[in-house]
Amino acid sequence: MTRYLPYILRNTLRNKRRTALTVLSIVISLFLFCTLRTVITSLAASLESASSARLITRRSTSLTFMLPVSYRDRLAQIPGVEDASWMTWFGGIYIDERNFFAQFAVDPQRYLELYPEYRLTPEEKDVFRRERTACIVGEKLARKYGFGVGDRITLRGTIFEGVWDFTVCGVAYPATPDLDTNWLLFNGEYLNQRMGDFGQVGAFVLKLDDPARAGDVARIVDATFANSAAETKTETEKAFQMGFISMLGNIQAVIYALGSAIVIAIGLVSMNTMMMAARERTREIAVLKALGFTDRTVVGLVLVESLLITLAGGLLGAGLARLVFGLTDFTAGGFFPSFTVTDGTVAQALGIALFLGVVSGVAPAWNAARLHIVDALRHTG
Amino acid sequence: MENLAAGPPIITLRGVSKTYRRDTIAVPVLAALDLDVAAGEFLALMGPSGSGKSTILNLVSGIDTPTAGRVVVAGVDLGGLDNAALAAFRARHVGFIFQSYNLIPVLTAFQNVELPLLLTALDRRERRQHVLDVLEVVGLNDRSDHFPRQLSGGQEQRVAIARAIVSDPSLLVADEPTGDLDAASAAEILDLIGRLNREFGKTVVMVTHDPRAAERAHRVLHLDKGVLVEAVRREQP
Ligand SMILES: Nc1ncnc2c1ncn2[C@@H]1O[C@H](COP(=O)(O)OP(=O)(O)O)[C@@H](O)[C@H]1O
Ligand SMILES: [Mg+2]
Repeated sequence: MTRYLPYILRNTLRNKRRTALTVLSIVISLFLFCTLRTVITSLAASLESASSARLITRRSTSLTFMLPVSYRDRLAQIPGVEDASWMTWFGGIYIDERNFFAQFAVDPQRYLELYPEYRLTPEEKDVFRRERTACIVGEKLARKYGFGVGDRITLRGTIFEGVWDFTVCGVAYPATPDLDTNWLLFNGEYLNQRMGDFGQVGAFVLKLDDPARAGDVARIVDATFANSAAETKTETEKAFQMGFISMLGNIQAVIYALGSAIVIAIGLVSMNTMMMAARERTREIAVLKALGFTDRTVVGLVLVESLLITLAGGLLGAGLARLVFGLTDFTAGGFFPSFTVTDGTVAQALGIALFLGVVSGVAPAWNAARLHIVDALRHTG
Repeated sequence: MENLAAGPPIITLRGVSKTYRRDTIAVPVLAALDLDVAAGEFLALMGPSGSGKSTILNLVSGIDTPTAGRVVVAGVDLGGLDNAALAAFRARHVGFIFQSYNLIPVLTAFQNVELPLLLTALDRRERRQHVLDVLEVVGLNDRSDHFPRQLSGGQEQRVAIARAIVSDPSLLVADEPTGDLDAASAAEILDLIGRLNREFGKTVVMVTHDPRAAERAHRVLHLDKGVLVEAVRREQP
């Protein structure tokens, strides 16, 4: 086929505007596809980094209901549980609602010990335990807003009303790069006191002696609090995050539906382009066949032309996504620990481009193969 | 029709019929036609419009198939060939010259002429040499990088003729090759076709309305109502 390439290339440039528009529409759609799929892979990557050596115990009914802090001591007693701590989702606003990042009020005594993968100095941990308004920020968050030790951060409460002032006492560095550090932790006693010693927390974190027994321990925990005023639901940290994500509205299904719709729409566009291109060339194809080009060869010519257009669009679209998200260090306002267009995503985008090329080339190629030379020469041009 | 010209026949039609079907109506065009064309002959086909001249060319050149009868060209019985074999036959044996040139507008003269060679095993350098050689024959080596729209009608037809002869077929079929040209260009094209017949030994079957064009032929056949009648015969040089 390479010897036909000059002819095929000239054909794609025959109607430059039409080809450019088709390539552009494929670029846009595959850029969108890469973006959407990266949402999924980024969420999955952050799940991967979640531990299954820890359990999360929360209220069985809903995440928005809380549990008595007094459960902590009883949880720590359960066989298989090495240590227990607690945290509460704060959901405050930093200056503007668009600056979304996670904030937790946490057990000042033990919480940090349960998360050794976030590195802090003993001095930083010490201050955190002692100072009522102390807070710790993750490295990414610190870099994003330029937070450093000693800085004041003011949050406006939404669940817990009022203005909340914190002083940064430490910056946590992740032990591995895929760990999310877009968060702020503050001393949970402060929240408890300001809310009038309400003694409620969002969830407990349990450290296990043996991660292999996670299922058994979770069942025992939930059985312990069954039929009490506040029943619990216990699952691994990984499963908890998964549930959290599905609570966010079955993102995956929505994304796949959107992605398919885009691909189908663009498929119709490129199909139309190839049909028009081939129809305009009916007479030429007849001439080529008269010269001795076989049906197979003209099929190849049409298909390769179609593939060239869609693959150009695919390469540009995927490349653009790589470039844009690679250069800008995009995290959707801290929602994703990292937003990296994976090789798998690029491969899928190119696969879709390939598919679009074949699908849009197949009908005109079939017509070219079937074309009756005499009729085409007689009736056209 | 018996062939009296010198040389073995390169084209033999025996009992050839062609009936077109328009919806349910059958349109008979040729019925039980016989024709022999000798190798090296220059044959002109004349006759009223719609009499079936182009149909004969199409059958001879293997781009159409008869409803009945036998077509043998260059020793090949076209009746037994499938599409791919017919394509190979055309590439090997037939050079087409059309009334409206039928060059590919996005390709240069050089690339247009090169097209048939893409089907051969020749490498790039060999193809280039062949193309330059035939452009020389048609007198257009200085126009090889021109696109068809940059050429006059006569020049376009000469490029088309170069394309027809580049793979060195034994048979040239020309369907009103001067139909779209002014008198001067037409004369040039006819000179060229005559030269290809004389100097290069190409067998030529040419459909024409133009009596001056027919004068170049060894033999002129009139087709009327499906019957071929010999009108003129000249000694071959
Ligand atoms: N594909 C076709 N379908 C129906 N009729 C056809 C077709 N091709 C040719 N004909 C008819 O066959 C007759 C001969 O056509 P053609 O060989 O082109 O004539 P000529 O070249 O002598 O003008 C005409 O009447 C034409 O209308
Ligand atoms: Mg005709």
